[in-house]
Amino acid sequence: MTTTHTTTEAAVSKPPKLTSKQLPKATPWIVAIASILVAILISFIAFGGFNIPVVAVLAGLINAIAVFAVSAAYEGRRKAVDRIATTVVTSTFILACVPLISLLWLTASKGGAAISGDLLTRTMLGMKGVLDQQYVAGEVTLAGGFYHAIVGTVLITAAACIISIPIGVLTAIYLVEYSNKNRLGKAITFLVDVMTGIPSIVAGLFAFALFSTIANVLMPGSAGIAKTGFTAAVALSVLMIPIVVRNTEEILRLVPMDLREASYALGVPKWKTIVKIVLPTSVSGILSGVTIAIARVIGETAPIMVTAGFAKTLNWNLFSGWMSTLPTFIYDSQLRPVSPGAAALASSERAWAAALVLVALVMVLNLLARIIAKVLAPKAGR
Amino acid sequence: MSKQIDIKDLDIFYGDFRAVDGVQMQIKPRSVTAFIGPSGCGKSTVLRTLNRMHEVIPGASVSGEVLMDGNDIYGAGVDPVNVRREVGMVFQRANPFPTMSIKENVLAGVRLNNRRLSKSEADDLTERALRGANLWNEVKDRLNLPGSGLSGGQQQRLCIARAIAVEPEVLLMDEPCSALDPISTLAIEDLINDLKDKYTVVIVTHNMQQAARVSDKTAFFNIAGTGKPGKLIEFNETSTIFSNPDKEETENYISGRFG
Ligand SMILES: Nc1ncnc2c1ncn2[C@@H]1O[C@H](COP(=O)(O)OP(=O)(O)OP(=O)(O)O)[C@@H](O)[C@H]1O
Ligand SMILES: [Mg+2]
Repeated sequence: MTTTHTTTEAAVSKPPKLTSKQLPKATPWIVAIASILVAILISFIAFGGFNIPVVAVLAGLINAIAVFAVSAAYEGRRKAVDRIATTVVTSTFILACVPLISLLWLTASKGGAAISGDLLTRTMLGMKGVLDQQYVAGEVTLAGGFYHAIVGTVLITAAACIISIPIGVLTAIYLVEYSNKNRLGKAITFLVDVMTGIPSIVAGLFAFALFSTIANVLMPGSAGIAKTGFTAAVALSVLMIPIVVRNTEEILRLVPMDLREASYALGVPKWKTIVKIVLPTSVSGILSGVTIAIARVIGETAPIMVTAGFAKTLNWNLFSGWMSTLPTFIYDSQLRPVSPGAAALASSERAWAAALVLVALVMVLNLLARIIAKVLAPKAGR
Repeated sequence: MSKQIDIKDLDIFYGDFRAVDGVQMQIKPRSVTAFIGPSGCGKSTVLRTLNRMHEVIPGASVSGEVLMDGNDIYGAGVDPVNVRREVGMVFQRANPFPTMSIKENVLAGVRLNNRRLSKSEADDLTERALRGANLWNEVKDRLNLPGSGLSGGQQQRLCIARAIAVEPEVLLMDEPCSALDPISTLAIEDLINDLKDKYTVVIVTHNMQQAARVSDKTAFFNIAGTGKPGKLIEFNETSTIFSNPDKEETENYISGRFG
């Protein structure tokens, strides 16, 4: 009884110290704004004007020092170090965002200024340098368009998907469900790793060499007819398959063994377990992986150039004739403008508009991947 | 329904590692048999050989015989898929299919085995299996919601419903109550008591009171040390095992005097 009493008294007389001094929540923001203002001031005094890179670098440095000083003075060393770490991480993040945002901004502003419904629905059929010269002189609106390139992008990418998704997904299923890490499985994994590193131009050369050899054998001297959208699709597949295999493999390995065993225990055969249990459980992950693979190859330029050439007009046929895609259209416009000299600006504007469409396509695909993943993910809620 | 199981000279391996050695046992139809023993002695391993689930693990193998009503399930030409249709299993961790609703989970075994069900047959079977697993009243209003939205104990009973919906002859349960509260545990023990009218039940448990409550016969496994194979020490009437077992080793384990 007495002991208990003493203990209580001791606890009262010596309360544990759990609180410590802490800066108000808004402090980092106030310090940051103050640092920016000081940086602008220095920029005006030392460099005679507002200079964004100088202000950014200075503001970052001043902010870091100020945060540390303020925090160390008030909160103590441990908290100050904590705050400086937070500041460094945040600054690095902002630094990483700079190229990304400026790229998007540039594409949106330049492409947005040039884009019009006409560009989206017309091809370069009958395009002449004089039209661009008149446009630059302000006499007519921007002529030409890249409808053919949009069609080419969609067709070639779709064909590449039709080839590579089944191959990629089935390979991944073999690796995860059947190979048991046997020789063949290890060999496939190795080849997939190697394929991941293949430069895209090499994939293009490979596809062209393959089909021109076939064409030459069938009809000597006709290697040139191998330049088609389909050849380009095969080249893209070479790039896409390893990505699809990798993503799918990773997702399939995430499906718990428990689920497979639960299915086997019901007397369900293995193939049916894969089709009805494993794939539905992982379909959202597989599809978002596929979408990321598409986004990755849709912007490929080099392999398309060497396999499908450059078309100026609409071609719906994947199996004969040259085709353009948005990336090759952009490349071609910049490298070989319709009109040389000052009027090359018109070609450049068309290229920016095409770039905007391409970026928008990639963004839509990424968004789609997220939506698919959300909608198809197994529901856990009650 | 329900079958007799004769285990003869069963050795079980993971790759080169001999996990269980020389098991002999005869399990009577319509009875409950409990496997007890320290962790790592091979209870799960033996249980999983009874529906050929052991070989799902890469490198795992078995020698010896497991006769089900006289037919060796490891005999030549036996399809493990057919064995598993006769011998259902409930796992230690509840594993309902996450993409399926409660009802679909119950019907999964039947549907995936290509049996077409009319709507009324499906409804009947769902109700029967869920009632059998003591879960019907709790879920009858939300049969179309995901099975993974149930509580742990409910999920475990859902898995039992899923296992009995395919009407196996034998039901294997690997520590079905290890993650459950006393009330759910009691519900499952009651369920096991009911199931024994129709099925041969084999249950692994670490809970000796549970073994004493639910089982007719008890098998005690033990292991001499790490890396050594597990052995069946004693297989006897549950009442004998828990009152005066034949072996001293059993007595020590039961009374908590270990080693
Ligand atoms: N997948 C596996 N691969 C290799 N060895 C395994 C595997 N599973 C179990 N073992 C080994 O087999 C032996 C028996 O394991 P088992 O899981 O049957 O024990 P248990 O009696 O069920 O134990 P617990 O009561 O902890 O569940 C152990 O030594 C274990 O390490
Ligand atoms: Mg176990």
